Amino acid sequence: MNLNYTDQQNAFREEVRSWLAEHVPAEPLKTFDTEEGFQQHREWEATLNKGRWGMVTWPEELGGRACDLIEWLIFEEEYYRARAPLRVNQNGIFLLGPTLMEYGTEEQKARILPKMANGEEVWAQGWSEPNAGSDMAAIRSTARKDGDKYIINGQKTWSTRAVWADWLFGMFRTDPDSERHRGLTFILVPLNTPGITVRPIPQLDGLPGFAEIFFDNVEVDVANRLGDEGAGWSVAMATAGFERGLMLRSPARFQETARRLVELYKANQASADRDPAVRDAVMRAWMDAESYCLTTYETACRLTQGGKIGAESSTNKIFWSELDQAMHATAMSILGARAELLPHAPDAGDVGTWLDGWLFAQSGPIYAGTNEIQRNIIAERMLGMPR
Amino acid sequence: MDFTFSEDQLLFRDSVRDFLVNEVTPERIRGIWESDSGRDDGLWQQLAEMGLTGITVPEAHGGLGMDELDFVLLAQECGYVALPEPLVNTALVAVPVISQLGGQAAAEWLPKIAAGETRVAVGCSDNGLAEDAAQAGLLLWAEPQALYLLTPDQFSARFNESVDPSRRLYAIDIAAGVLPAASGEQAAALYQAVLDRGALGAAAQALGLAQRMIDISVQYTSERQQFGKVIGSFQAVKHHMANVAVRLEYAKAPVTRAAYALARGEAAQVAVSHAKLVACEAANLAAKNSIQVHGAMGYTWEVDLHIFMKKAWAMAGTFGDTGFHKQRVAEHIFADGVALGAGTTF
Ligand SMILES: Cc1cc2nc3c(=O)[nH]c(=O)nc-3n(C[C@H](O)[C@H](O)[C@H](O)COP(=O)(O)OP(=O)(O)OC[C@H]3O[C@@H](n4cnc5c(N)ncnc54)[C@H](O)[C@@H]3O)c2cc1C
Repeated sequence: MNLNYTDQQNAFREEVRSWLAEHVPAEPLKTFDTEEGFQQHREWEATLNKGRWGMVTWPEELGGRACDLIEWLIFEEEYYRARAPLRVNQNGIFLLGPTLMEYGTEEQKARILPKMANGEEVWAQGWSEPNAGSDMAAIRSTARKDGDKYIINGQKTWSTRAVWADWLFGMFRTDPDSERHRGLTFILVPLNTPGITVRPIPQLDGLPGFAEIFFDNVEVDVANRLGDEGAGWSVAMATAGFERGLMLRSPARFQETARRLVELYKANQASADRDPAVRDAVMRAWMDAESYCLTTYETACRLTQGGKIGAESSTNKIFWSELDQAMHATAMSILGARAELLPHAPDAGDVGTWLDGWLFAQSGPIYAGTNEIQRNIIAERMLGMPR
Repeated sequence: MDFTFSEDQLLFRDSVRDFLVNEVTPERIRGIWESDSGRDDGLWQQLAEMGLTGITVPEAHGGLGMDELDFVLLAQECGYVALPEPLVNTALVAVPVISQLGGQAAAEWLPKIAAGETRVAVGCSDNGLAEDAAQAGLLLWAEPQALYLLTPDQFSARFNESVDPSRRLYAIDIAAGVLPAASGEQAAALYQAVLDRGALGAAAQALGLAQRMIDISVQYTSERQQFGKVIGSFQAVKHHMANVAVRLEYAKAPVTRAAYALARGEAAQVAVSHAKLVACEAANLAAKNSIQVHGAMGYTWEVDLHIFMKKAWAMAGTFGDTGFHKQRVAEHIFADGVALGAGTTF
């Protein structure tokens, strides 16, 4: 065991830090849940990609740096410290990208990954349906094979950033007689294909952060299938594995929130201390963010040495989403009567972005497999409790 | 950056685990409770033969010369079996502190501890009481300004019964005229060391205790039937245990980190307090949820769960209670100019 960074890792951190210092926009971008903001974030992805910082774990020939997970954690730390823009294409680069590298054909990789990397093609995820939420195996949207095409019919919903995205990766039932997780196929769909209607759904903040998508005899080339026909479930589970695991929510994000929470508490200590629970909650936030960081480093080291992620990765999703909720709840308590004010309200004062964070924190225990589903998985697969 | 234990460390842990699980059964622990001394000399000899009593004793003094990082995994296994013998305090607290004292004390006592000839007890004024003081040939007693190494003729001990019958706690009266082995600044530093090391030991044991309570509960709920089904198939029961698993999973790395800091002589106070708080919280949650999923069985003396539950309760208050450790964390994170946030952990 050696908990010091190597010289090379320190040099890498310096390199990331100085590049970000030069390139991170001075003015925060508009939220990517607006058309203008979406475009700004697309451009930022292109800038990142030009510097070869788009996805540092990707191989060099795809514009990455072939970084290991420790370097990736370092990159993320610097990224969040620099308050760089959120990643508009995270469904692509964090979820679909790694899945493509594992299951995609050479042609698919060459066609899709470079445009994903430079933000030219932003990806949405199309799994959920009105009657297939937690129970994803209840998917009913169909893809009927017709020569070298699939004809897609049905509906997807809650598809994040689909309003302005270019492509969707989805799961469709290719075998009409199949049930549950058999007979599903993973298909990549251009969102400008005739027959597709995207209807924005306003989220808690009123902005169209996700959308429902209707498919009416939509024709897609069979070449856009990822993995074998009928093997969609196992391909999708690989994506879910990445999602739950390390990529989606790196510790840096929560450590920065914890740091800001400490600052907020100190700046408002006199009023905050009237509720003695607040100080304790701030300390817990810091400790849990540290625990998350330490545990992630431990896991990352194990994985780089050839270890495998197991069912214990389901603890990850619960831990960060509940931490995020708790931190924002504490911030709301500290802000007191100001907490409800939108940041641009003329008398909002120092409320900052806490309200936005609080709203978004409400969704953490729901998306990417609800925390109840994660608890089922932990009990059954990690602890071996009976089904 | 390498946050993993070595193959050797893990293998050693595995063999100690096998030994402890086979030898330190709940039946044997109940036997120890019934005995007059509350200790099992045969077991202590077995631990000595495995080299465990001298695991952190320098090789020059007849030990294995291992460090806190080697031992922290074993301390978790001691927790897993709720070992009544004071092995954790010996290896993590007494031996390193006596080694730091050095000189005559180290030369005299360390070989005897390694050989299993002398049991050493540890107490500090923050705890108020000393574990195993009446069973030991040597008592290390730490106060903020004085550190004592006491032989049985140099103090009197008054037994205080704990809810955990495995814990033998004594109030200490030092005989008039006995001089401390260290005083002033040296004693102050050693007092800190006793607290930090004792806290790490409690944290590591708490991890093992939590795991044991999970295992016992999973087994029980996989057998007990109600409504025509095993109760472990009920989601409310599953989620009780999943909640423990989550807290436990994220308490492990902080404990490793604290052991690393102590082993490398780095500033360890915040890491130790963090580890103790989260590990004891996990163990206390394990206790709370485990008794619940046992129903009335969990409320009995007969079912083994309480052996582990009671030790977990005790770990939370010993070597710095939650107030002590939270205060230390607070002093760190609320200090002016401290570097917090992403990239400041290592
Ligand atoms: C912000 C956000 C972004 C999203 N983005 C996407 C996206 O990009 N693409 C996509 O495909 N989907 C997306 N989703 C959808 C998300 O995956 C689903 O919301 C989630 O899987 C839950 O499904 P549901 O909403 O239908 O809730 P339901 O499944 O109806 O669940 C409602 C409640 O019942 C509980 N419940 C259900 N089944 C069980 C069970 N077996 N045991 C215990 N409790 C149970 C749930 O835990 C939950 O508390 C997004 C959701 C949100 C909130």
